[in-house]
Amino acid sequence: MYPETVGLEPAGDGKLDPVSTGRVGSGRWPAAPVVFVAVGVALAAGGCTGDSSVVSPKGPAAHSVAGLWWPMLVVATAVFTLVAGMLLLAAARGRRKTEDQAKGGAPWGEPFIVIAGVVVSGAILVGFFLFSLGRMRALAESGRNTKLTVSVIGHDWWWEVRYPNGAVSANEIHIPAGVKVRLALATDDVIHSFWVPRLGPKTDMIPGQENTLWLEASEPGIYRGQCAEFCGLQHANMIIRVVADAPADFDRWMAAQAHPAAPSDDAGRGVFETQTCAGCHRIRGTAAQGTAGPDLTHFGGRATLGAGVLPLSPENLRRWIVDPQAIKPGAPMPPTTLAADQLNALVAYLEGLR
Amino acid sequence: MTTLAPDIEHLEEAWHETPGLGSFLTTVDHKRIGKRYLYTGLIFLVIGGVESLVMRIQLTHSNLHVLDPETYNQLFSMHGVTMMFLFATPVLSGFGNYLVPLMIGARDMAFPRLNAFGYWVFLGAGLFFYSSFLVHRLPDAGWFNYTPLSDSVYSAGPNVDFYALGLIFVGISTTAGSINFIVTILKMRAPGMSLDRMPIFVWGELAMALTVVFALPALTLANVLLELERRAGFHFFAPASGGQPLLWQHLFWIFGHPEVYLVVLPALGIASAIIPTFCRRPMIGYTYIVLAEMAIALIGFGVWVHHMFATGLPAIGLGFISLTSFLVVIPSGVQIFAWLATMWAGKPVLRTPMLFVAGFIILFVIGGLSGPMLAAVPLDQQVTDSYFVVAHFHYVLVGGAMFPIFAGIYYWAPKMTGRLLHEGWGKVSFWLMFVGFNLLFFPMHILGLRGQPRRTYTYQAGHGWDFLNLLETVGAFVLAVGILVTFVNWVWSAKKGQPAGHDPWRGDTLEWATTSPPAEYNFEAIPTVRSREPMWDQPELGPHGQPPEAGGRTLGGGHNTLGTSLLEAEPEVVAPMPHESPWPLLLTLALTGVFTGLLVRAWVFWAVAAVAAVVSVAGWFWPRGETQET
Repeated sequence: MYPETVGLEPAGDGKLDPVSTGRVGSGRWPAAPVVFVAVGVALAAGGCTGDSSVVSPKGPAAHSVAGLWWPMLVVATAVFTLVAGMLLLAAARGRRKTEDQAKGGAPWGEPFIVIAGVVVSGAILVGFFLFSLGRMRALAESGRNTKLTVSVIGHDWWWEVRYPNGAVSANEIHIPAGVKVRLALATDDVIHSFWVPRLGPKTDMIPGQENTLWLEASEPGIYRGQCAEFCGLQHANMIIRVVADAPADFDRWMAAQAHPAAPSDDAGRGVFETQTCAGCHRIRGTAAQGTAGPDLTHFGGRATLGAGVLPLSPENLRRWIVDPQAIKPGAPMPPTTLAADQLNALVAYLEGLR
Repeated sequence: MTTLAPDIEHLEEAWHETPGLGSFLTTVDHKRIGKRYLYTGLIFLVIGGVESLVMRIQLTHSNLHVLDPETYNQLFSMHGVTMMFLFATPVLSGFGNYLVPLMIGARDMAFPRLNAFGYWVFLGAGLFFYSSFLVHRLPDAGWFNYTPLSDSVYSAGPNVDFYALGLIFVGISTTAGSINFIVTILKMRAPGMSLDRMPIFVWGELAMALTVVFALPALTLANVLLELERRAGFHFFAPASGGQPLLWQHLFWIFGHPEVYLVVLPALGIASAIIPTFCRRPMIGYTYIVLAEMAIALIGFGVWVHHMFATGLPAIGLGFISLTSFLVVIPSGVQIFAWLATMWAGKPVLRTPMLFVAGFIILFVIGGLSGPMLAAVPLDQQVTDSYFVVAHFHYVLVGGAMFPIFAGIYYWAPKMTGRLLHEGWGKVSFWLMFVGFNLLFFPMHILGLRGQPRRTYTYQAGHGWDFLNLLETVGAFVLAVGILVTFVNWVWSAKKGQPAGHDPWRGDTLEWATTSPPAEYNFEAIPTVRSREPMWDQPELGPHGQPPEAGGRTLGGGHNTLGTSLLEAEPEVVAPMPHESPWPLLLTLALTGVFTGLLVRAWVFWAVAAVAAVVSVAGWFWPRGETQET
């Protein structure tokens, strides 16, 4: 089964001995792997930080998934430690062995492979399969009885949000905290994916079909998400904010959103209606009835512009209107040339749409 | 052995290819072709690597403007296409081309001209893909190229046409190569090398080839449908016309997931070739490893929907695919435990090839452990399309395939060049690659958990993403330097390295019975094999040919090799082998014309190229009064 004179010397032909460099069997195992594991664990423990973290859940669905993640991480870490430990130990033992010892029979070998590789691994894997299947079913079933359905429609590269009372918004979804809300997910163009990590799993928005997802935030707050399916040039800047309000606040908010903002007929409204803005944007209660871009009826109440590319402020809004391509290259909105007083009026008007 | 001398003279004469441009263009020698696959594939590794470095620079910090979004999208699309189709698959085919005939005791592949054709088409397709760079129209819809983003409405330019036609084109190469592997491995093994004595590396190449033959048609079909939709008004994917966007995803991943395994399977075979040599004992659990390789290839066809867990498919389908995705971990685990058992029982000697294999095991285990996390449907729905997935598949593919490829370079380059690579620099390269790799890819797990989506050209500050991205960029450059060290080592060693002799590592398989580099006819005598580790159990084997009394066959010194039976490898036929031929190259040039004509819609040019292709095929098969391959 093996040569009588095992060694790493080149056999025969009298050429240089590549092994006489003196390194046979003296390959050292620096502490690097150990350091890696330590650093890895430390970094992984820090996984919960950040405002978009899967492992700092703020809703029951995300909680359920995090409850699947942690046991899997623990078992995976244990398996890794065992395997890496066995590898390192085998190498360390090998250095003390003679080559004759290496040739010895290993009757335990194949039983070990079957037990570790098939029986134990199989049991762990099937166990986790059943565990995850249970979570999958529970997640699906707890979404059966929702009272409120909100439509979310993906566009290149922003989110349209429609409420049952006729309210339309964009890039921010208000939901009542502590209540399951059904999202009806669709798209106007390519595939997008709705993902707010702290609230739960993502679901794709696919042309020609309507997918649903239920969303619940345990407590009032703002939860960030962004498109998770590659959708072209500005996939990176397609950000959504879920604002969970106390239920009473939510009801008031939704009712207000169904109506135009407080009447305002300053100069800015005229600019909006007569310039190119109105071609793409709708402001209910005015002559601006475009539908290609986001509905701006209550634009001033939102925290960001350009689907989250910038915080909403007069200065940012001014930059955005004048040259959106400098901020979000490829976005469908063209640059607009306005006189300074027109621009100021327009910005003041939009900011006032609360 | 002097009795063989006249036959050997005949062999020299019959198999000699005169060096020069003529034989460069017409060679059918599997060793020259194998090296070409390797070198060309490694050049594409450099190209794909540079693409990733540029992307890493852009992502070093939030809100950088090194790249515009369009360039970033082109880079990540071509990075994926390049690494899968132009680096990993060809390089592993290159090892297979070079080594399979040597390992099974044959004088060439079964279809040498088809072999040459496979390489030329690969080169042609690679150039076809990258010609898009000249017009700044690299494919930009990802290597997965989902519709409708890739249809003519949302991708009006030729970018996606380069992708679709290029993949159909390169698929011809992969298919031709795979058929050649299957026939070579099943019908040309040395007498006595029954299937249960076949080296595990050869099993890995067989598993890869079988996977290609069954998986690739789905990709080719998908791309044909896409081109018909984009350019001829058909409607397969666009919902407005009754199409179904998910059809593309199904077709792509029915190919795409087996594709991942067909890259990993031969790489696992490399590990299985190196471990016994450096543990100084036969592999424990040979049968289990072989069954595991085949099981991975088979189960790999039943897991594709785990790329689509978030698309809203019915729960019952998700449950089934979730189960198969969990189960495919078992055969991978079986191989790892077999290697561990062999290392535990043997005496691991940490020369550079073994060091790369040890590093590979560590990385592959990490990738294998995040696999079940993505098989768990709810967890996958959280982290899919985030950096967690990027981390997972780079551990599986770079850890699981690139590290074995580098182990293979250190192990077999001495066979190809006759000289060993420098050991010290090899270790330096390993540690740079290992440290750089982990620095680059481990933090991606955490970024995914922290909600960073993949395929984004930039990101905003304040989400806990900046520092880890910085670490990754540093890691990317450390990894790149590590790779560079091996390349320099290889080039330097090919001229100045220590002479290797025919068997520098005292390996167990037949390639070590040939000279380094092997003669054009590989073996003076086709050996008769009596063991799974012939070089350890048959002391008469060596570069001077197995004597006739031990079973060696010179086949009269002709331009022949031996065909044997499928299971037991009993001699059946002395097969005459074809000589150098210009037709594989000419057919490739004609096909390149055909695909270019399709791309630019130059129909006259296209028709001329198509006629040239038909003429090339006719020339290839034209009877010449000697037996030719069919």
